Amino acid sequence: MRALRSPAPLAGLLLVTGFVALALLGPVLWGQSAARIDDAAILQGHSPSHPFGTDNLGRDLLARVLVATRLSLLLAALSTAISLIVGVPLGVLPSLLPPRGARAAAGVINALVAFPGLLLAMFTAIVAGLGARGAVLGMGLAGAPMLARLTQTLAASVANSDYVSAARVLGVSRRRIALRHVLPNIAEPLLLNVTLILGGSLLGLAGLSFLGLGVQPPDYDWGRLLLEGLNRVYVDPEAALGPAVAIGLAAAGFNLLGEGLAKAASRTASVVRDAAAGEALEQVASQGVLSVRGLSVAFPGGAVPVREVCLDVAPGEIVGIVGESGSGKSLTALAIAGLVPHPGRVTGGVSLCGQDLSALSPRELRRLRGTSLAMMFQDPMTTLNPAMRVGAQLAEVSTTHHGLSRKDALTRAVDRLRRVSIARPRERARQHPHAFSGGMRQRAVIAMGLMGTPRLVIADEPTTALDVTVQRQILCLLREVTDETGAATLFISHDIAVVGELCHRVVVMYAGRVVEELPVEDLVSGAAHPYTRALVASLPDMDTDRSLPLATIPGRQPSPTEDGPGCAFAARCDLATERCAAGRPPLVRYGPERRVACWEAP
Amino acid sequence: MIIKNLSVRFGGFTAVDDVTLEIPAGGIVGLVGESGSGKSTLARAVTGLVPYTGEIVGADPRRIQMVFQDPYASLDPRMTVGASVAEGLRVPRAARRAEVERLLSLVSLPASLAGRYPRELSGGQRQRVAVARALGARPDLLIADEITSALDVSVQGAVLNLIRSLREELRLSMLFISHNLAVVRYVSDTVAVMHRGALVETGPTEQLVASPTADYTRSLLAAVPRLRPTAP
Ligand SMILES: Nc1ncnc2c1ncn2[C@@H]1O[C@H](COP(=O)(O)OP(=O)(O)OP(=O)(O)O)[C@@H](O)[C@H]1O
Ligand code: SF4
Ligand SMILES: [Mg+2]
Repeated sequence: MRALRSPAPLAGLLLVTGFVALALLGPVLWGQSAARIDDAAILQGHSPSHPFGTDNLGRDLLARVLVATRLSLLLAALSTAISLIVGVPLGVLPSLLPPRGARAAAGVINALVAFPGLLLAMFTAIVAGLGARGAVLGMGLAGAPMLARLTQTLAASVANSDYVSAARVLGVSRRRIALRHVLPNIAEPLLLNVTLILGGSLLGLAGLSFLGLGVQPPDYDWGRLLLEGLNRVYVDPEAALGPAVAIGLAAAGFNLLGEGLAKAASRTASVVRDAAAGEALEQVASQGVLSVRGLSVAFPGGAVPVREVCLDVAPGEIVGIVGESGSGKSLTALAIAGLVPHPGRVTGGVSLCGQDLSALSPRELRRLRGTSLAMMFQDPMTTLNPAMRVGAQLAEVSTTHHGLSRKDALTRAVDRLRRVSIARPRERARQHPHAFSGGMRQRAVIAMGLMGTPRLVIADEPTTALDVTVQRQILCLLREVTDETGAATLFISHDIAVVGELCHRVVVMYAGRVVEELPVEDLVSGAAHPYTRALVASLPDMDTDRSLPLATIPGRQPSPTEDGPGCAFAARCDLATERCAAGRPPLVRYGPERRVACWEAP
Repeated sequence: MIIKNLSVRFGGFTAVDDVTLEIPAGGIVGLVGESGSGKSTLARAVTGLVPYTGEIVGADPRRIQMVFQDPYASLDPRMTVGASVAEGLRVPRAARRAEVERLLSLVSLPASLAGRYPRELSGGQRQRVAVARALGARPDLLIADEITSALDVSVQGAVLNLIRSLREELRLSMLFISHNLAVVRYVSDTVAVMHRGALVETGPTEQLVASPTADYTRSLLAAVPRLRPTAP
């Protein structure tokens, strides 16, 4: 419901609530004045007693608009209900029937969707007889195909999910799968769309009434009032204004609310950076390209997934960040790049080549990301645009940020693709990303980073989705690129074996904090922190004794909202003492490149 | 149980090409290969989720169960743990509760978890629930498709230990699929290597790891990231 705090959906909610209240109260409050015939005031324009004028029987138009709210909304609700009753079962059919029936049902839906809705509505309205019943039936049926299509898409994604496969393997019947698994899981997105459909039917029904195909006198809805008002629009424009405004506002209200809800459900995040920080950044005299001081990320509700992280990376150095899922690795990387999603708040300092990033404007930051920062994610498609040719995407970096002409930029792009060992780079540059394999896409992302001169490379699980042989090639490429450009590289992975092979130095994170930092050579036998040691011990490798059970770490990591006074690892630690529960061990340096946060560490 | 000459075609593309594989009773066969090599398709064919040609001898199709890769996707978010586990049970209604508790304890989960929803569980706990659900159907063969890939190492160990203890206690036959050779090596008695839809090599685990015969197996072994430098 957080989405309702932003202005548009909030306005939608207010409008919808207002109109619903009006529908309930309108006829009670103004029913009499809307029906009062006044021979003395026929077809009047604006006056203090009749702000929107009167109709051909002298009835007050404002009162009639207010009273018509109930019928207008009611009809829209009825027609939406018809759309639902027809559309949802139709849409569920393809995932319910055996293959042949499913194809037939999908074909029917396709044909219906292709049929123009308004035509169907008008046709039905005429065949079913002029009047509210025909209009509602018509709009309801016209809306059904779209709903069926939506339901079909939603149901298909649920039907392809692993839990439905699991149920099928267990021998659960199709009908039961539809009732127990599919319907409950599509209900929520469907309901969100119902708001949008309500707005649509409201407009459609007003349209039908306006054409004379809907509500017939003596009944009246907004569309009917609009029709009557429009007949005299040149004489008294205000007579048409009332119903027009009512229709517009109500439809807008439903749409704003619906879109707001849908957006909240899809959790689209915008990028916000809190620039209040920076004071914690001590200007380090070291030659570190990247230095991070006291970096924290907090979310409303008390979650602090990253807590006072400090780290430095030297030119040409690869530093690995390891830690279990949820330890804050990715958020640390995003915070460094200024990409923490809304509503996260970043505090602390990040400096790149001596430049304080928190002092930069969003525009300068974007430019920096375009020129000096290369980012790789587990899914290369978060970086690549599926709709653009790979060459053009790479070239775009240089036309926007380096002032190169299109032709020069494209030449550079081909050259960089060749640099990352993509065979036939000229041809490949003309292809779209989908024509690339997973490994080639990651290469293309690296090539994109090489369009400028990267000072910092942030790679967040870039090889997790790749096969071991391809993973090896990408790791070699990363190493070469770091050596050549002298960039500082942060390599994030939950796979300690990979980090052990690639990195110079390892930073171990637990529950949002750095708990240990050590040279990679010491990872296997020289780790000081009990958590690091347990992580290493629990990893099976090609020499693990198969007759013994694997070491495990019982318990679980505290969530980002929990922060006790003691060591976060205490509940899972074999060495824990009373002191560990009472106070948090500070991260202390005890040698070059070595830091640890543990009371019992040597 | 023997998978005989099993093939799966999608249109003109052959995803699984004439695979013959024996899974001895009470044994764990590990299946390794790169993504797209057809491992999961083979698993889905054996469980009857995709149509295939060929034969599966010595197993009742209804007694083949599968545990999926992603424990976050394989449990219905709107069903309690107990309801999920009960889904495959073929016991009288009255005995369900007790059976769910028995299954949960088999995978070392407290019975109190039955009333919880998947979102309240950690990844490792969810994967154990998925295993318990599969065990509820009293399978002759359990197919585990990348069941530790979505888990942290700290949790992976516990799930691997569970797999091994289930084998000892229930004498369960298992097809254990993973791209991670170190993991497959740890749990399997026999390892089969798959490449482009076909099996390139099958052999007892230690032998296959120590002296692979196929070139492809050798390149796979060479690419495994190693934390500890290989023993001299
Ligand atoms: N947008 C957000 N709003 C609230 N909490 C978030 C948000 N993004 C991440 N978190 C929380 O922050 C914590 C750390 O997340 P992060 O993605 O950094 O973990 P990670 O170490 O990268 O884990 P993984 O290995 O699974 O990628 C998690 O508990 C997560 O739930
Ligand atoms: S401080 Fe105490 S609880 Fe924390 S890791 Fe060290 S010994 Fe364990
Ligand atoms: Mg991450």
